[in-house]
Amino acid sequence: MEEGAIIKHNIKKAPKTGEWRYMKPEVDKEKCIGCSTCVPFCPEAAIDMKHETRDMKQKNKKPKADIDYEYCKGCGVCAEVCPVKAIVMRKK
Amino acid sequence: MNKELTKHFAQGHSSCAGCGFPAAVRTILGEAKTPIVVANATGCLEVTSTIYPYSAWKVPYIHSAFENAAATISGVERAYKALYRKGKIKGRIKFIVFGGDGGTYDIGLQSLSGALERGHDFVYVCYDNGGYMNTGNQRSSATPYGAATETTPAGKESFGKMETRKNLMEIVNAHRVAYAAQANVAYLQDLKKKAKKALETEGPSFLNVFSPCQNNWKFPTSQYVNVAKLATETNFWPLYEISAIGGSAYGGENGKYKITHEPSQPKPIAEFLKTQGRFKHLFNEKNNPVIDRIQKMVNEEFARIVSLTGE
Ligand SMILES: Cc1ncc(C[n+]2csc(CCOP(=O)(O)OP(=O)(O)O)c2C)c(N)n1
Ligand code: SF4
Ligand code: SF4
Ligand code: SF4
Ligand SMILES: [Mg+2]
Repeated sequence: MEEGAIIKHNIKKAPKTGEWRYMKPEVDKEKCIGCSTCVPFCPEAAIDMKHETRDMKQKNKKPKADIDYEYCKGCGVCAEVCPVKAIVMRKK
Repeated sequence: MNKELTKHFAQGHSSCAGCGFPAAVRTILGEAKTPIVVANATGCLEVTSTIYPYSAWKVPYIHSAFENAAATISGVERAYKALYRKGKIKGRIKFIVFGGDGGTYDIGLQSLSGALERGHDFVYVCYDNGGYMNTGNQRSSATPYGAATETTPAGKESFGKMETRKNLMEIVNAHRVAYAAQANVAYLQDLKKKAKKALETEGPSFLNVFSPCQNNWKFPTSQYVNVAKLATETNFWPLYEISAIGGSAYGGENGKYKITHEPSQPKPIAEFLKTQGRFKHLFNEKNNPVIDRIQKMVNEEFARIVSLTGE
């Protein structure tokens, strides 16, 4: 038995919900226009806007959607809301 | 992992893939400019975010029971006020409750009413997924007319739920709180603005947020945003706010009711209904009159809200 009833938040212990996934979203970085529409709708907060290379950043190019597969559950919401269909769901 | 979005509510929670409420919760918490304390009624959000020994909450969080989240936050808020007065705590803390529709429209209504009436400084957020989802889709007083649930099954003698939805916004408004608003997880910019206003309000404020449940409404996991959009595009879920105490929130005396987003050409209600398995039976010919009735209800409620905007 643990004493007390305090649970400290420890993200390292968080269940890796990526294991749930049976469809995998893939971002076509050429197609992605960097609009961020998909970001706040992802229920797992698994999408970040990232520069693929330092070169891109230097050239002032827009960052692109980048998915954290440790937590992505593969729901397909991001692919659905993307205005340019830059995300494709593939069988894992 | 998105750092900004997981500042208050982490990844790793176990809501179903494609659930509607995580985006709503994160958007609301993202508007907090002060430290916050969260109380949460029993339900899917609570169960999926606090599976022992884990917690998705990075803010102080308290779960007591299904029926008393508003009473719980009342006590926490009063304790804070007492400590503040004694100088033991400095600075402003804001208190937020999250409750499902079952926990708000039904079982927690009495404690919500008490907390609103006593005037505690808190925001109550109801994420409305139209039923008792965590226990397998039993009807609540928020379940739409005509929806098939475990306790209102559709069949030969029944077209699903035969009672109309309770109008919670009107019940909350009867308490004359400074700010109450209806929002929708598909409209995050609108939700953001409303969350900001609710958090800035001194005293009680209320948000009723439309939050699809892919599991029990029966639609594909990728569809919650589309389904929720249709709820507003058909006027099934109007986006509006009520400032009951003139001037103190926004809009003042003349703008008691304000519609924050109005579809230019509302779509027929069938467009919303046909996206979900819980309404599938309504598309049998014999149930056509039910769809007509729903359309009438939607039209009348929307006209009522419009009439209250004074426009
Ligand atoms: C007093 C009490 N009665 C019943 C339950 C069982 N119960 C747990 S969650 C839940 C449903 C909650 O529904 P809602 O508030 O709408 O939240 P949702 O699960 O739909 O998100 C019920 C009935 C309980 N925990 N406590
Ligand atoms: S598939 Fe779902 S969980 Fe995965 S990144 Fe897209 S929206 Fe997020
Ligand atoms: S919605 Fe589409 S275009 Fe916009 S950031 Fe996401 S993947 Fe890129
Ligand atoms: S049952 Fe519905 S509300 Fe509950 S976690 Fe699953 S999708 Fe979300
Ligand atoms: Mg519910």
